[in-house]
Amino acid sequence: MLEARGLCKSFGKVTAVRGVSFTARDGQITGLLGANGAGKSTTLRMFYTVLKPDEGDALIDGRSVKEDPLAARRAIGVLSHGTGVYNHLTARENIAYFGELHGMSRAERDARAAELIELLEMQPFADRQAKGFSQGQKLKTALARALVHRPRNVLLDEPTNGLDVMAVRGLRKLLVQLKETGHCVLFSSHVMQEVEHLCDEVVVIASGQVVAAGPLADIRAHGGDRLEDAFVALMTGNDVAAIEGSK
Amino acid sequence: MKLRGIWAVFRKEFRENLRDRRTLLSALVFGPLLGPVLVAALVQFSISHAEVQSEENITVAVTHAERAPNLLAYLTARGIDIARVTLDEAGARQAVATQTHKIILDIPEDFGARLQEGQPAPVILYSDSSRGFDRRGVGRVRTLISQYGLDIAQLRFLARGIDPISVLPISVQEIDVSTPSSRSVLVLNALTYLVLLSMLAGGLYLAVDATAGERERGSLEVLLTTPVPREHLIYGKIAAAASYMLISLVLTVTTFSVAMSFVGLERLGVTANLGPRAAATMIAYCAPLILFGASYLSIIAGFAKSYREAQTYLGLIITIPTLPLMFAGLLGLQAKLPLMFVPFLSQHLLMTTVVRAEPIAPLFVTVSVISTLIYGALLMYLAGRLYRREGLLG
Repeated sequence: MLEARGLCKSFGKVTAVRGVSFTARDGQITGLLGANGAGKSTTLRMFYTVLKPDEGDALIDGRSVKEDPLAARRAIGVLSHGTGVYNHLTARENIAYFGELHGMSRAERDARAAELIELLEMQPFADRQAKGFSQGQKLKTALARALVHRPRNVLLDEPTNGLDVMAVRGLRKLLVQLKETGHCVLFSSHVMQEVEHLCDEVVVIASGQVVAAGPLADIRAHGGDRLEDAFVALMTGNDVAAIEGSK
Repeated sequence: MKLRGIWAVFRKEFRENLRDRRTLLSALVFGPLLGPVLVAALVQFSISHAEVQSEENITVAVTHAERAPNLLAYLTARGIDIARVTLDEAGARQAVATQTHKIILDIPEDFGARLQEGQPAPVILYSDSSRGFDRRGVGRVRTLISQYGLDIAQLRFLARGIDPISVLPISVQEIDVSTPSSRSVLVLNALTYLVLLSMLAGGLYLAVDATAGERERGSLEVLLTTPVPREHLIYGKIAAAASYMLISLVLTVTTFSVAMSFVGLERLGVTANLGPRAAATMIAYCAPLILFGASYLSIIAGFAKSYREAQTYLGLIITIPTLPLMFAGLLGLQAKLPLMFVPFLSQHLLMTTVVRAEPIAPLFVTVSVISTLIYGALLMYLAGRLYRREGLLG
């Protein structure tokens, strides 16, 4: 479970996130929806301990990222913005390397890498060096890397960026699987269809603040049952009062 | 348990760099193998050239040779070849400028007459001082002509009953105390410079790729989400860069040792102490620098926003530690205790004493090794601090 409690973050004079609070529960997919620059990435980065909150806190399974960042990191798997994989390592080695960094023994990480390669259908390219990989192959490698230590919580920053239809479908399938096995999945996106297809809960962020949060159906209801209309309505402030009331 | 992260990062970086063939080729083949071979070839070439030059007779073109038969006989007797030509002043200038003749001696018409009258008799010597290789010949001819004049002067004094010794109040005796080994330092000055530079270059690519490169490719962010303390990540990267520097150092010194054994230094009257034992000593003196070098490069590359930016810095940065070496060369610095506290310079001085086969106080070595290791540890700590900064991701 992931919990944001009044998260604030500034970079110099620019305030990126101002008082973001929400909860992402286990066994659910939660979408962080917002325009570019709304503060989605900054919020996620505070969850995965790359940035320290100026104020507020982020709790991962009840553990504060401020007080025990190492414990927090053990409980999360991260697919960051831009799926950088190591070009001179094979997909399998990329996965095993992260297993090793998570303190897994050789036997453990080898077994887990094999398991993930099968799960994500990576067999055709698992033992090739990553330099010639397609976007889809890179994404699968990065996903497997994020899941190698069996984290209960999975955070993904704009995971479908630059992917073709097949890769997106594969990703969706995996996220649903994660959800069904009781994981807590939190991902950020600015693509309505993605959020609409996948999410149980939606958190809408604008200018570093949460403007609406709740089950997908509730959010959608404010735009004539279309998420895009609801989003536009929320952004232009037409329906903010109504949303606030429904919370 | 705590160091597992460092070990994991080290192994991964080492392996990834090993698979990058082009990098490997430039870091471990071009620098450490080609460099020393080129220097050895250059030394061999200059030796052969010097030998050819000293064996070659000097030829002087003489215009109006009939006006000074005795002078020419004197020159011929001392190994100068005479070529008789007929040229006016402009022709002589032209011939030297075009190198048809390298040296031209013009005997004026009144040469014999003035000599008989006891007046200074001029001769004109044409040469081109912009042609470096031929200065030796001109100097030799000039010295011989002066010598001939001096001989005539002595005869004149004798004829007047004066002891010619009295007109030579000062005589200079030159003594060159350089030993064959110390002379070799001149020849092999490039050696220490090349060893240190090539050592740094061996870990350069890895240091850049593991810091600026990793950030640019977007893998750094995920790496920072693993439960490994941030400073341990950079320690592992520094260790990997250091290991390549060590390989490069050993290869460079070994290649030098082997390549120079094929060069006929003794024909120059030079011996350089570059056997296996000397090579091992040099490696041991330089090894402490590896920690310093790897941390230094990692810090600089860690500040860079992109791979390209890092490469731009590093071309310049890599030469900075070797600046003291240039000063040492210019000032002719000797190994002194305070200088043993200066990284790179102390290694240069220590290596120089090895090549010269000179004794060195163990204290000097101890100070160099320990101070260099301390600087290295400090820089490594600084790199760790740099990696703990939040702004690392840019």
